[in-house]
Amino acid sequence: MNTLNRRCSSSLGKKYVMAVTGLALFGFVVAHMVGNLQIFLGREILNGYGAFLKSKPLLLWGARLGLICLVSLHVWAAIRLTQDNRAARPVAYAVQASISASYASRTMLMSGLIVASFIVFHLMHFTLGGVDPEFLEFRDGAGRHDVYRMVVAGFSTPIVSIFYFVGMALLCLHLSHGVSALFQSLGLRTGHWVRAIDLFAKAAALTIFVGNCSIPLAVLIGLLK
Amino acid sequence: MKLTLKVWRQKDGDSRGEFATYQANDINPDMSFLEMLDEVNESLLARGEEPIAFDSDCREGICGACSMVINGLPHGGRKATTACQLHMRLFEDGETVTVEPWRARAFPVVRDLIVDRSGFDRIIQAGGFVSVSTGGAQDANVIPIPKPDAELAMDAAQCIGCGACVAACKNASAMLFVAAKVSHLAILPQGRVEKNRRVLRMVEAMDSEGFGNCTVTGSCEAVCPKEISLNFITRLNQEYAVALLKSTGQSAR
Repeated sequence: MNTLNRRCSSSLGKKYVMAVTGLALFGFVVAHMVGNLQIFLGREILNGYGAFLKSKPLLLWGARLGLICLVSLHVWAAIRLTQDNRAARPVAYAVQASISASYASRTMLMSGLIVASFIVFHLMHFTLGGVDPEFLEFRDGAGRHDVYRMVVAGFSTPIVSIFYFVGMALLCLHLSHGVSALFQSLGLRTGHWVRAIDLFAKAAALTIFVGNCSIPLAVLIGLLK
Repeated sequence: MKLTLKVWRQKDGDSRGEFATYQANDINPDMSFLEMLDEVNESLLARGEEPIAFDSDCREGICGACSMVINGLPHGGRKATTACQLHMRLFEDGETVTVEPWRARAFPVVRDLIVDRSGFDRIIQAGGFVSVSTGGAQDANVIPIPKPDAELAMDAAQCIGCGACVAACKNASAMLFVAAKVSHLAILPQGRVEKNRRVLRMVEAMDSEGFGNCTVTGSCEAVCPKEISLNFITRLNQEYAVALLKSTGQSAR
């Protein structure tokens, strides 16, 4: 057990934790986007989806707890790895040059931290009612929580929507590197898969950016009201 | 050609270092970077100053001794080129060139541009070998090896252990070096027998030397004078995961 513990917290072990939690969180982001895009199908469908999620408290809270664990592990691994990395080069180069390393790959920590703070705001905004407690009281004709009205009201303030665009841009940057790097860390980015995986990562990141931003944009231009 | 050189000077590991500026005049564009430094050292000696200490040996790009960061990139950052094979014609006349040692906690500066790379030796000692001593080599083709495997193993075996990967990595990670050493043995039948034990021990040694972690930026592969591919790091990640599962299953024995 001791040996297992030691090896799992080795440099590669921590990268596996990073990759597995990253993959699961990526899966959540995709599912979350698909669920939310139902707003374009109308109030009825979106509110029905919201009510469906709320009707399964065990599943809902299981997912929430799971997500909290995943985020905690992801952040824990990031902090530990960053500490190691900083310690590994105590004296910096006088001339800073970078070769081959993409902007996204060099700024994973920053993009990750900003996305994390965005998630806190997002939860306050639509889940906890910290921004406007009224949001959670909206009811539709069927007595269900009016998610549709909440989203439209939430994105009607341009500054809030702009913050969402920025958050999504950074998530997109984070995923464009993270999604391909996680396959690398798990030892699956080999041979002919290399190009396919890199392409998939960029396409997925862009899809998530466009998909998620389409909602506040649609509210701002009056498509959803 | 004329160049202004900013070179890191440090008496020993305990001293504080600093940059010194030298004018290098009459540089022949056909010289290598090390020959240019030799000339600078000649003039320093003539003036009664300490010459710049740097590592070099074969001067034909195969030994991995030369180790200097030139304008922020190891070996100057030119594709598949060591500092000894870097020609002065690639620099602009009148350019200011900054020369620094490899920067990593695991590679402490010994003097000027010379760093102690024995951390790499200790990683090799931890498992980078095949532990059989069975006398002379047997006939070729006694053990059939598929051509693609042989070529892949040779690609990994090209690593000369210069440490440019560590120097280029923003995390001073030695993953590309360890990946190359683990791979060239694991791909061939002679080395495959010990592959699980080897990868666990070499990664453990790598961690204890104080190298950083891989964040898949690809800088290592870009500066590697032997063009070792990042794909070998994928292989290392895979080998380690398999070894971790297998060794854990066997630890009761």
